[in-house]
Amino acid sequence: MRFLRKILDDQEKKFTNGGPLERFYALFEAQDTFLFTPGETTRTTSHVRDAIDMKRLMSTVVVALLGCVYMAMYNTGYQANLAISRGAAALDNWQTTAFQSLGFAFDPSDLLACIVHGALYYLPVLIVTLAVGGAWEALFAIVRGHEINEGFLVTWMLFPLVLPPAIPLWQVALGISFGVVIGKEIFGGTGKNIFNPALMSRAFLFFAYPVFISGDRVWIAAQTTTDGVSGATWLARAAEGGQAVFEPGISWWDAFMGYMPGSMGETSALACLVGAAVLLITGIGSWRVMTGVVLGSVVMSMVLNAVGSTTNPFFDVPFYWHFVLGGWAFGAVFMATDPVSSAHTNTGRWIYGFLIGVFAIIIRVVNPAYPEGMMLAILLMNVFAATIDYYVVRANIKRRSARYAT
Amino acid sequence: MLEHYLGLFLTAAFIENLALAFFLGMCSFLAVSKKVDTAVGLGSAVVFVLAMTVPMNNFIFNYLLRQGALDWISENMGGFDLTFLGFLAYIGTIAAMVQIVEMTLDRYFPALHASLGIFLPLIAVNCAILGASLFMVERDYTFGESVVYGLGSGFGWALAIVALASIRERMRYSDVPEGLRGLGMAFILTGLLAIGFMAFGGIQL
Repeated sequence: MRFLRKILDDQEKKFTNGGPLERFYALFEAQDTFLFTPGETTRTTSHVRDAIDMKRLMSTVVVALLGCVYMAMYNTGYQANLAISRGAAALDNWQTTAFQSLGFAFDPSDLLACIVHGALYYLPVLIVTLAVGGAWEALFAIVRGHEINEGFLVTWMLFPLVLPPAIPLWQVALGISFGVVIGKEIFGGTGKNIFNPALMSRAFLFFAYPVFISGDRVWIAAQTTTDGVSGATWLARAAEGGQAVFEPGISWWDAFMGYMPGSMGETSALACLVGAAVLLITGIGSWRVMTGVVLGSVVMSMVLNAVGSTTNPFFDVPFYWHFVLGGWAFGAVFMATDPVSSAHTNTGRWIYGFLIGVFAIIIRVVNPAYPEGMMLAILLMNVFAATIDYYVVRANIKRRSARYAT
Repeated sequence: MLEHYLGLFLTAAFIENLALAFFLGMCSFLAVSKKVDTAVGLGSAVVFVLAMTVPMNNFIFNYLLRQGALDWISENMGGFDLTFLGFLAYIGTIAAMVQIVEMTLDRYFPALHASLGIFLPLIAVNCAILGASLFMVERDYTFGESVVYGLGSGFGWALAIVALASIRERMRYSDVPEGLRGLGMAFILTGLLAIGFMAFGGIQL
């Protein structure tokens, strides 16, 4: 440790005032605070509430995500191996070549083979996200003279987890560029944005290149269309056939564990539940938002169950299936609770979460264009979060002035 | 019947939002969205004007302009097709309506009148207002439908401008690059808001 400190101290004078590399101070500062706790204190009027800082907050979210990361690797490989062992052809790409030359077989029961196969898809996406997103972040930090913030770590962890396995890497680069630059940096960086940057990146890809991020072919890293092995997500199948498709297709327990095709890190409701526990115990995720989302979804799916429909069998799917399918759990735990883009007042958080739950189910069931509604529901409520806050604050002012008037 | 009207209202307000799906009425949408109070004022003025002008224009279209509309005067006038006078008639109605709104606000809400400034008379040439009347003609709404459509599309537009205004108020704490401050950022925000509203695209009610 002392050795590292010495290197950093030696380098520091090159980056501080008058040094030859002064322009690149942000890069040095990022290394320094990433490795050590900085000694600086705040320069403006301080407003200290407790000992937590941005670094600890963001690192906790990363820890909470580890279960999903594990499932991203295991389940991606498991689904691919399962499909291939059932007769689908392997994809014709370097991942398959690398996998086979390492001496693995496409065996879904072999834990290591699954993890290695999944990692071959997940890690390149993560690395591209880190490299491209990081380059933008550093560029803005250098030009605009702010610091590189730990907030990037969370965006970079979240984004690969909500992508399908076989997404082309140039699209990953394009998506994260849009999310980081338009979604965050032009607002001034972490904490100043309006929309969740990871979701903005995904929505950009979703609308710009729908073929690569929706439909039946992209969710398993194998050629599922050729051999009668279906690659559709269970959400899409339920949109077609309602609740009947789950028998004998998939048990609720398997869906809860996440053994089904989908975006890499969002299939497992269990991993999300573990993440939720970490976020709630540490007090980093808002329990009001999460409870609101759960309540909203329960209420809305019960309403739709009660209304029923003769033409759309998806109306009958009960809420406990909605919870384990698609990105619902991941969105509710990690995306909706983003402290920056959600509502900032406590009452506002209830309303914000509740409406996310309601709209997610409405878009899933009523909108034939998109089988998954979680991402769009959260983005829609990002639009209205500021409005909700405005009226909550207004109501508060009104109540108090009524109390103290006279 | 009620279900049909409810569906029409929701379609007009959310799925075919005039501001965020058709990008109509952008001039005042971008210019009067700096403060929530003013945006609410302009929004309600637009709701009111739309709810009045669309049914009025529907009346004019059905009883004066369309082919066969003049049957009620005398039978040999039934062949007249005056739809080419449409733009003129609709914009006339709208301008008159806006004048009435302006005089009312000036008399009873002078503060709001002052803060809306030039944009209140400009509602007369706000493309969202004329656009709604033209959509009404194109889709051949009945009188009842045009009332609901006017209310719904006005509500959607007002919702969009209030959302944009509250975001812009929150962005006081943001640090936008110099070249993008103000209108540049408002354009980008409108685009991002439209992405959010794409959640509704494709719903059939």
